[in-house]
Amino acid sequence: MGKHTPLYDLHVAAGAKIVDFAGWDMPIHYGSQLEEHHLVRRDAGMFDVSHMRAVDVRGCDAQAWLRRLIANDVAKLTTPGKALYSCLLQEDGGVIDDLIVYFFSPSHYRIVVNAGTADKDIAWMRSQTAGFNVDLTPRPELAMIAVQGPNARAKFWAAFPESRAASEGLIVFQAAEWNDWLIARTGYTGEDGFEITLPAAQAADAWNKLAAAGVKPAGLGARDTLRLEAGMNLYGQDMDETQNPLESGLSWTVDMKDATRDFIGKSALAARQAAGALRQFVGLVLIDRGVLRSHQKVVTAQGSGETTSGSFAPSMNQSIALARVPAGVKPGDEVQVEIRDKLLRAKVVKPSFVRNGKVLIQEK
Amino acid sequence: MNVPADLKYTKSHEWVKLEADGSVTVGITDHAQEALGDIVFLDLPEAGRQVNAGEECAVVESVKAASDIYAPIAGEVVARNDAALDAPESVNQDAYAAWLFKLKPADAAQIDALLDAAAYTKVAEEA
Repeated sequence: MGKHTPLYDLHVAAGAKIVDFAGWDMPIHYGSQLEEHHLVRRDAGMFDVSHMRAVDVRGCDAQAWLRRLIANDVAKLTTPGKALYSCLLQEDGGVIDDLIVYFFSPSHYRIVVNAGTADKDIAWMRSQTAGFNVDLTPRPELAMIAVQGPNARAKFWAAFPESRAASEGLIVFQAAEWNDWLIARTGYTGEDGFEITLPAAQAADAWNKLAAAGVKPAGLGARDTLRLEAGMNLYGQDMDETQNPLESGLSWTVDMKDATRDFIGKSALAARQAAGALRQFVGLVLIDRGVLRSHQKVVTAQGSGETTSGSFAPSMNQSIALARVPAGVKPGDEVQVEIRDKLLRAKVVKPSFVRNGKVLIQEK
Repeated sequence: MNVPADLKYTKSHEWVKLEADGSVTVGITDHAQEALGDIVFLDLPEAGRQVNAGEECAVVESVKAASDIYAPIAGEVVARNDAALDAPESVNQDAYAAWLFKLKPADAAQIDALLDAAAYTKVAEEA
């Protein structure tokens, strides 16, 4: 038996199909993954993401330590509640995890990391604190609920009207504290919405109030197709310790602007960049009939590459993938993907397929 | 569990129906469609193909995963269900109506060796 979030009993009562996810017993769907996907694109759905781990960072060197620890630069964060997406890198530039860091003050931040990597991440972070006045506090007692979709915020406010004043003015990637909750306008679906971090003891009540306001639960299956359509990377699939962010579509999260800032992995990334011929991280849309999956061979005029995530895309009614391919492959190219010994045709596109309910790709 | 008594079954979750003309119709069980989740793609064998018992001859893909379908018995493919090809979700809606392909058995005795409903129910409950 795996670990259970504070919402586990509610998932079982709702008829969820439970699967193992990184050691946690989590709902993959509550009946139909496709319906849950469409619900989030068209209305609002809620996900239990309590398996993710919050880590509070406090101390007078918190900012200096984070500027050393992660590839994006927290010095950009000056408004309390603002958040930043970043990779946590090894010295060789390999990705240990991707994370979100919230800024409260230069001596107080919160990091949220993936469930499957949490223990590894925290051990790594602790090993990097020498010489810094910084204190790390993992918060496994906190639950997290993501409410996502075009109507997510309105339905959240219907469930919690008193929270509206505190959260109405939030811009994307900004959070506000409300009582002992953190309300963040973030997500992993390509839709608007909030991610709520709250004490575990309040999670079931919050979930039930959201349900009463008309928000239906959605499982990890829909979460995966939603994030893939949005072109968002999944750690362990689209990048891991053996891949660097520059060749994983994450160059935009590597901040080299401050020449005086020496973050872990910087010299390795600079060397890789100088060497050139970086592999491209692209989107694929399957032209022939079939379904793209991860780890399929991609044949291009410039050599072969590999799909990193692939699925049927419910919002597009066709199959899509993220793929790492040789330098020189560009949007508009036609490539071939090997599926069960057959070569099927696919079109190379920018790796962002659907955002805010709209399909961005016009292929096929 | 929905396991019609008049059909035969395989351990790999195909159902088999002996037709009046001696051909057999093959599909996946209700238990299998339930386990796969939303089905979005079918790859079915062309008529004329010769298959051995246990040979991979079709693919059913759900949103989450691809699953191979095996020929329950040896024979020649005589038809495939083009309607299901165009509407893969019909397998979720009624796995026993949305058949996948039909075979002309090479040896009709192989049908008798397949599982009956009671034996398959046991297999599915243990899976």
